[in-house]
Amino acid sequence: MARTVAGSTDSGPLRGPGRVLDVIGFARNVRLWFAPQEIRQEGGTPDYRFSLANERTFLAWLRTALALIGGGFAVDQFLPDLRWGWRVGLALALLAAGVLCSLRAVNHWVRCERAMRRGEDLPVSRFPALLSLAVAVVAVAMVVVVLVGWEG
Amino acid sequence: MSGTAARDASDRDPGLQPERTRLAWRRTTLACTVTAVLAVKATLHNGLSATGIFVCALCCGLWLAFLLISHHRIRTLAATSSPQALTPRHAAAGALLTLALAVCGAALVL
Repeated sequence: MARTVAGSTDSGPLRGPGRVLDVIGFARNVRLWFAPQEIRQEGGTPDYRFSLANERTFLAWLRTALALIGGGFAVDQFLPDLRWGWRVGLALALLAAGVLCSLRAVNHWVRCERAMRRGEDLPVSRFPALLSLAVAVVAVAMVVVVLVGWEG
Repeated sequence: MSGTAARDASDRDPGLQPERTRLAWRRTTLACTVTAVLAVKATLHNGLSATGIFVCALCCGLWLAFLLISHHRIRTLAATSSPQALTPRHAAAGALLTLALAVCGAALVL
């Protein structure tokens, strides 16, 4: 029961000190990833169709992560005329986005699964907005770098 | 024979949720394959070195591991008409394999 109370802090408001709670909540969720019996103790088992829908969302995020990683490889190989710094910088940015995306995928999956078992609202997240901004920035940087590279 | 078919038809989920989930795992495995192929191409592109070949072999191993967990899950989904939810360990394994692929990518790029 104490677990339920402690675990509910990470779905609270995320302003100001919420960011710290976010990190603590993430660390707590990491333990849950490897302890399936703990998540089964909470609440009731939801309809299997909801769990499968949650699983497909997780897989879609994992594909996004794999696509970002593939994009990192592609930048490294298909833009050989770029200067080393730009090429490696863009590739590493895409690879880092892929890492964040895969970690977030499993974390969000755990949070959704737990919310469904407890009958709470599904967790909200600002990650999709942040990821789309990051992808837009990388895309603009790539356009600029390729155009400047052609002129020079 | 017709009895089994009739029972399967009544058990069948009209939303085809297990089938859709199975196909989602297939798509994800394909995405993983594309990434692994790009990793192999990067190794060949950079010129063969001992480190490059080691990282390339690691990427192939990660791809194989992803294929195995995906196949395991697909078989679990196909076994019953109302399958169990994904276990957190399984989900974490999938995400960590993706993460390891990214780390290998960083090693190849640098």
